Amino acid sequence: MNPSEIIQNNINSLSYFVPELILTGMIVVLIITDLLLKKENSPWTSLLALGGLVIAFVAVMNQYDLGSRSIFNDMLVVDPFSLYFKLLFLVSAVFVVLLSIGSIELSGRPVGEYFTLMIALTLGLFLMASATNLITIFISIEFVSVTSFILATYLKTRRRSSEAGLKYAIYGAFSSGLMLYGISILYGLTGTLDIYEIGTKLAASTPNSLALLTSVILMLAGFGYKLAAVPFHFWAPDVYEGAPTPITAFFSVGPKAAGFALLIRFFNVALATEGTNGEWSAIAGVNWSQLLAVVAAATMTLGNLVAIVQKNIKRLLAYSSIAHAGYALMGVVLLSDQGVYATIFYLVVYYLMNIGAFLIVIVFQDLVGSESIDDYKGLIWRAPVPAIAMGVFLFSLAGMPPTAGFIGKFYLFAALIKGGPGFYWLAVVGFINSVISLYYYARILKAMCFDKQDEKEPASLAVSPYYVVLLATLVVPTILLGVYWVPLADLANYSVEFLRAL
Amino acid sequence: MNNVLTLITFLPMVGVLLILLVPNGNKTLIRILAAVSTGLQVLLAVWIYINFDSDTSSMQFREQYKWIPSFNIEYFMGIDGLSVSMVLLTAFLSFICIFASWGINKGVKGYFAMFLLLDTGMMGVFCSLDFFLFYIFWEVMLLPMYFLIGIWGSPARVDADGMVRGGPYAAIKFFLYTLFGSVLMLLAMLVLYFNVTDPVTGGHTFNMLYIMDQSNHSGVLNNFDIRLWLYAALFIGFAIKVPLFPFHTWLPDAHVEAPTAVSVILAGVLLKMGTYGMLRISFPMLPDAMKWEYFAYGMAILGVINIIYGAFCAMAQTDLKKLVAYSSISHMGIVLLGMSGLTSLGMNGAVMQMFNHGTGTAMLFLLVGVIYDRAHHRNIDDFGGLAVRMPIYAAAMSLAFFAGLGLPGLSSFMSEVFSFLGAFGSEMFNLKAITIISIIGIVLTAGYFLWTFQRMFLGELNPKYKDLPDLNGRELFTLVPLGIVIIFLGIYPAPLLNLIKTSLNELVEVVKTANPILWGLQ
Repeated sequence: MNPSEIIQNNINSLSYFVPELILTGMIVVLIITDLLLKKENSPWTSLLALGGLVIAFVAVMNQYDLGSRSIFNDMLVVDPFSLYFKLLFLVSAVFVVLLSIGSIELSGRPVGEYFTLMIALTLGLFLMASATNLITIFISIEFVSVTSFILATYLKTRRRSSEAGLKYAIYGAFSSGLMLYGISILYGLTGTLDIYEIGTKLAASTPNSLALLTSVILMLAGFGYKLAAVPFHFWAPDVYEGAPTPITAFFSVGPKAAGFALLIRFFNVALATEGTNGEWSAIAGVNWSQLLAVVAAATMTLGNLVAIVQKNIKRLLAYSSIAHAGYALMGVVLLSDQGVYATIFYLVVYYLMNIGAFLIVIVFQDLVGSESIDDYKGLIWRAPVPAIAMGVFLFSLAGMPPTAGFIGKFYLFAALIKGGPGFYWLAVVGFINSVISLYYYARILKAMCFDKQDEKEPASLAVSPYYVVLLATLVVPTILLGVYWVPLADLANYSVEFLRAL
Repeated sequence: MNNVLTLITFLPMVGVLLILLVPNGNKTLIRILAAVSTGLQVLLAVWIYINFDSDTSSMQFREQYKWIPSFNIEYFMGIDGLSVSMVLLTAFLSFICIFASWGINKGVKGYFAMFLLLDTGMMGVFCSLDFFLFYIFWEVMLLPMYFLIGIWGSPARVDADGMVRGGPYAAIKFFLYTLFGSVLMLLAMLVLYFNVTDPVTGGHTFNMLYIMDQSNHSGVLNNFDIRLWLYAALFIGFAIKVPLFPFHTWLPDAHVEAPTAVSVILAGVLLKMGTYGMLRISFPMLPDAMKWEYFAYGMAILGVINIIYGAFCAMAQTDLKKLVAYSSISHMGIVLLGMSGLTSLGMNGAVMQMFNHGTGTAMLFLLVGVIYDRAHHRNIDDFGGLAVRMPIYAAAMSLAFFAGLGLPGLSSFMSEVFSFLGAFGSEMFNLKAITIISIIGIVLTAGYFLWTFQRMFLGELNPKYKDLPDLNGRELFTLVPLGIVIIFLGIYPAPLLNLIKTSLNELVEVVKTANPILWGLQ
């Protein structure tokens, strides 16, 4: 390809890059607006950020009829699989902006940069979802990481927040290094950085399996860090605890889902071959399916067991979100469309209930001024609306019907069982973990519903209507998707069809 | 009335919605709404009873709609003789329990909303014929139960051994045990789903009737070992609910800490879910595994352990409510024993026992609640001579005790005799020795009930209780119907037996004649 063709391709690609361009434009607009507005914490920046996200949402919806196409000389791809994730990122970003508007942690602080960084983070997530080249994969991960470091330390006067940022940065740098090393080995084995080409080359030749295994494990370090999967999870509890709560909510959903998008695409495209019967299997030499199964089992078990002893709600939710990454990984090990479909379905469900739980944390921070579970005593009598909503989210997280969480888990387990007796053991581990997880979710319920409140505390607390509306927009779909989930299932199904084809 | 099963299942949910609209202060209106919705449910149950055709074993009042087409999940309801008896029991006990809960004063709205939600869950379990739907209802029962025991049960306290006990502890224990059972069931359900072919569409199916048809089984279901594992998973799931030794330890806690009406529902209906699940799911779906001799004898032996061990535990109790709780364990053992012989007599006896234990134990728990409301404790040894002060109460209690120990002329006599004779006369398995041992349980039961009666009602009157009032009108209103049913079915059990026998005889036939070829396929 000569330089003019490359330039032409890049220019043509711009028309498929509209949502990202909108976000980029929004970043610039936000910075300038913040400079022009004298008042540091003016509501205009948040409203502008919201507007930008909504416009980007519309632009993403418009891309749905494009099918699947590669852009920027095969650096990125626009396909329903990435669009599915982009919609998820936008919806969660909108919610996080809404949460930030009410958050008392952020009140009185300059928020112009905060919203700018959040849009930048969203842009990074977009790139992660559509990267198909090892270079873009690495750059997008770094993009997300660096913006995340700054957002985690946003409450810089609070010691825990600075600690969170530092830990995040050190772990991030470490895992990026490992991943880069893995990329270099893979490049050495195949001579290309494009994951589709890597897939065909690995299938055609028989590379040294030790080198390939090393590179896969090193790559997994990079993805695992984003997913907070064991053993790359150590940063999560400290960062979740220290970061501003809306940002924690975003971390637990956005980068995690983007990590899944990358992981699914990379493993299913670069490291899988299609058999003659149309079934996919891991390439010869590296049984990454079993490797991921072990990671999944370890992730959910460790997350759940450590969550039991947590006293701080944000730390508890951090370990719970580690465990949920383990559940969602169960779908990826299967190499079947059914499995991937279950995973991406689960991510949306997880977004609903997890953002919901963090919203409650913010509401209770507002009402009782504490993140300690002990201080949630008697909240069912004092503030029934958020307490009942919390009950719905917790039952959903525990996977009880009739909530969306059950359906999500049901799909994951169904995919595992469908895969045949080979992964029955993982299903059993998952089931046992569901029971364990109920214990600590129920502990929060016990504090809210069963324990007596202190006499000196006020008997009832007023919840602002703003929060009630936000809660309703999360509680209703959490229950609705537990009863009738066909639309979401169809969307997820449609997205998976395009995963391997290009 | 084409949708009578949907109506009877979701009627309480209408009650919930109405109750949520009532302002908090208006407690009486909330109670009346709950009573009306369960009352209408009783009327529907009566209608079902009248229109039920007991000459056929096929499912009646069917409703079948597509729900989630991609997974072939249907909204499929229908009842046969086995389920109709449980539907009647559930409607009857729920209505009575609303009145037993009249005195609840804390969080009235939440209490009755939870109670009616529980009602919907129970009805749904007995009516659904789609395994997925069944599972949803099965789990929906757990949530309200957790809150009913935790919030309205006894408050948390520290026992002499330093352990924190009380409602919250019992609630989470109940929840974890039963959830563990449910996830085992979910696992087995998924394996069944992916290895059963829908004869109409060719896809997989949750339709219970299709899963029961062995000719639809394929894939790993042709592997006898896998079938045994599946049966074991389902059996443990249901055994936790019964509860069978050694999965029974949640029961004394839950029963003792729960408020009276919730104990009634727990013992009266929820324990039956376990045996109902076995008869509706495990037996017909995996009949060859049920007939595997280790499982068949294992089930009978567990039944006997329940009978004897439960009776001994009951005898050792000083807390009246705990005594009744252990007597439930003992009586549910009889159900298991009756089922395990695979005879028509034993099977009918077992289901009759399920019904009769439901009414009998309900009465016992209500009576325990009566004395607890008055004396604020349940320590048997602290009472004495109460028959003088509370003659009607003593009479009611003696009726309930005699029903519990299987006195001829009262309902459980028939069902116990049927169960024991059925097990004894089994042609497939030699359960004679096991049955003879279990008869000892009857003697033990008579022992602890009579001994308790003596300690509470005869002898010197404890002067502390010389002013206790006898049963009031509301309490009589809850107890008299139960008493009538107990006496009536004791003298004339035909209405119940006729209702269930066609379906159960069919079930016995199906399991007995199920394809024995699979035995060789290890």
